[in-house]
Amino acid sequence: MAEQYRADVLVSCVHDRAPDFIPALEAEVKRRGLEGEVRVVEAGCRGFCSMGPVIMIEPDGIFYVGLKAADVPELVEETLVKGRVVERLTYKEPTTHACISYCRDIPFYNKQERIVLRHCGMIDPESIEEYIAIDGYQALSKVLMSMTPEEVIEELKKSGLRGRGGAGFSTGRKWESARGAEGEIKYVLANGDEGDPNCFMDRALMEADPYSILEGMTIGAYVMGAHHGFVYIPFEHTGSVRSMKNAIQQAQEYGLLGQDILGSGFDFDVELRLGAHSFVGGESTALMHAVEGKVSEPRPKHYHTTEKGVWDRPSCLNNVKTWNIVPAIINRGADWFASIGTETSKGTQVFSLAGKVNNVGLAEVPMGITVQELVFDVGGGVPEGREFKALQIGGPSGGFLPADLLDMPMDYETLAEAGSMMGTGGVVILDDRSCVVDTARYFLDFLRDESCGKCSSCREGIRRMLEILTRITEGEGELEDLDTLERLGRVVKAVSMCGLGKTAPNPVLSTLRYFRDEYVAHIVDHKCPAGVCKALIEYYIDEEKCTGCGLCLRKCPQEAISGEKKEPHVIDSELCIRCGVCFDVCRFDAVGVR
Amino acid sequence: MPKLKSLEELQKLRQQLQKDIKARADTSTTITVGMGTCGIAAGAREVMHAILAELEARAIDAHVTTVGCIGMCSREPLVDIQQGDEPRVTYGDVTPEMVPRLIEEHLVEGNVVEEWVVGRMEA
Repeated sequence: MAEQYRADVLVSCVHDRAPDFIPALEAEVKRRGLEGEVRVVEAGCRGFCSMGPVIMIEPDGIFYVGLKAADVPELVEETLVKGRVVERLTYKEPTTHACISYCRDIPFYNKQERIVLRHCGMIDPESIEEYIAIDGYQALSKVLMSMTPEEVIEELKKSGLRGRGGAGFSTGRKWESARGAEGEIKYVLANGDEGDPNCFMDRALMEADPYSILEGMTIGAYVMGAHHGFVYIPFEHTGSVRSMKNAIQQAQEYGLLGQDILGSGFDFDVELRLGAHSFVGGESTALMHAVEGKVSEPRPKHYHTTEKGVWDRPSCLNNVKTWNIVPAIINRGADWFASIGTETSKGTQVFSLAGKVNNVGLAEVPMGITVQELVFDVGGGVPEGREFKALQIGGPSGGFLPADLLDMPMDYETLAEAGSMMGTGGVVILDDRSCVVDTARYFLDFLRDESCGKCSSCREGIRRMLEILTRITEGEGELEDLDTLERLGRVVKAVSMCGLGKTAPNPVLSTLRYFRDEYVAHIVDHKCPAGVCKALIEYYIDEEKCTGCGLCLRKCPQEAISGEKKEPHVIDSELCIRCGVCFDVCRFDAVGVR
Repeated sequence: MPKLKSLEELQKLRQQLQKDIKARADTSTTITVGMGTCGIAAGAREVMHAILAELEARAIDAHVTTVGCIGMCSREPLVDIQQGDEPRVTYGDVTPEMVPRLIEEHLVEGNVVEEWVVGRMEA
């Protein structure tokens, strides 16, 4: 029999920052005789990754951030025993420095609308019992009891749900085509490949709420007439693998996977398929090859995978987030889902915020939110009061949006028109000290490594573009390089077979569109305005500000700095390798870049 | 664990399990126990345990939370009951023996136990 606890302490985002925090908390709860009264739950990611470990104390909603094992005695004494908020552990608003005690009042959270992440951080991801208690398997019950497959497809079409893997194809239509496809044996597949270097929403979801993915897949299989499903995860994502494996096993034990699910006569089971991590591995046909045990390379799409996919049988592949949204739509109705978002992009999007932004983490917001709201309200703005320069969205092959598009609503169509894309929602924020040419070069370098090499346009085209970009960052570019880049980019986009090649030139093309001046500065003036490209910058010491403390002199690996104690120092530009150590260590802001 | 063979079995299991995560679910009733040093010294923890046991025995949906000292130390243990949009009613000098009647009359029957009330706060 379950016990009633008066308070649940939900611990999230511990990572390896404070591995001793949870054991310390559990021990202290026990020592104070609060067992059976207060419970410690290891919950999944709450999205506030930069603040971890964080805890939420229910039912009050008290929220603490950046905890250490040393904070445990005070936290237990004050909050769990005496019911008082410990201000020192609360979230501080970065601009006003006000202490915010409750989760619901923190701007990062109260601008969010959590659908995909609805259970993340709310339940113990290793307990199917908590999932069932919160609302798990209600949608499957409803479908099995009172809906025909056609009605489910109609509901999804009405909701306007589009695949969350990046391409944004209508989920209802995809399911309809898989249902209509001829064949005795069909498959449903969940894409947990997540190849973008700065994205972590699929991983967070699989680690925090694996059951909703399985429930969505079971509904999908029922609709399409499939009896077998695969969840594909790169084996390096050990947390996701462990979590999904445990979830599948528990669902099987409860008979929520297997034969005759809930007495309905419907059979469905799921297997994990592990592959090696690669960017192109998330492409639908490449993923299906991997599931078959082949090398994960894409094939031309002369026919749809819903007709001929895994082992040439009808296969329906959705991103893990898409599967996870399905039960929410069944439970709350298509109208509810369609009421969120914009005309063409319904519902919400999970963004992973990275780069020069205060609140690094995962945020789920309604589609159509403006860049301004995402970066400044949810993201908490740019650190150190620096200036916002650009937002790179859509993963490595996404595009850059400049500061004058701050009011642009972010949905599939608007982003595509602006030369970027929604992709999986990876967002990197650049400030005035980030060089767009260098960042574009960085992404292209990644894409060059990840290109499978099948199409020469992608294999050679990206390589040539990278060479040109590298030359520009080294100060040896020429103005006609810009036209060559644009021409090459257009060809790679037009001629490559799969989504990787078709989008790979985006970082270059979008920066050329919005930041041409910066390219020109590199080529004509031999200057990097952001002070990043090493060949084009020079470090110097401001004589007025230098106190002669000697710190930079001691840290310089090249012994390029000289000067007497308490006298202004100087940097020998010939010896300097532009490592930036002096710039980083100076406490008097005396080292400058030009 | 036994396999679930029907939708009814799933719903039954769910009802049992929901108790386990009550602190995370919405309820319209909150019982607040004053747990400052003054409250604890006057026996607030024993009162709280009596409340938890009574709620469990009667299967009543309510959150039990703790707060620090409100300043009326002489009347501790203080227990507040708030239901929906009703005013928050504060009872003073609560003992574990008073808890069953408090819950029976206030929560089940909906009648405030006037003789024990020390104050009210608008919701």
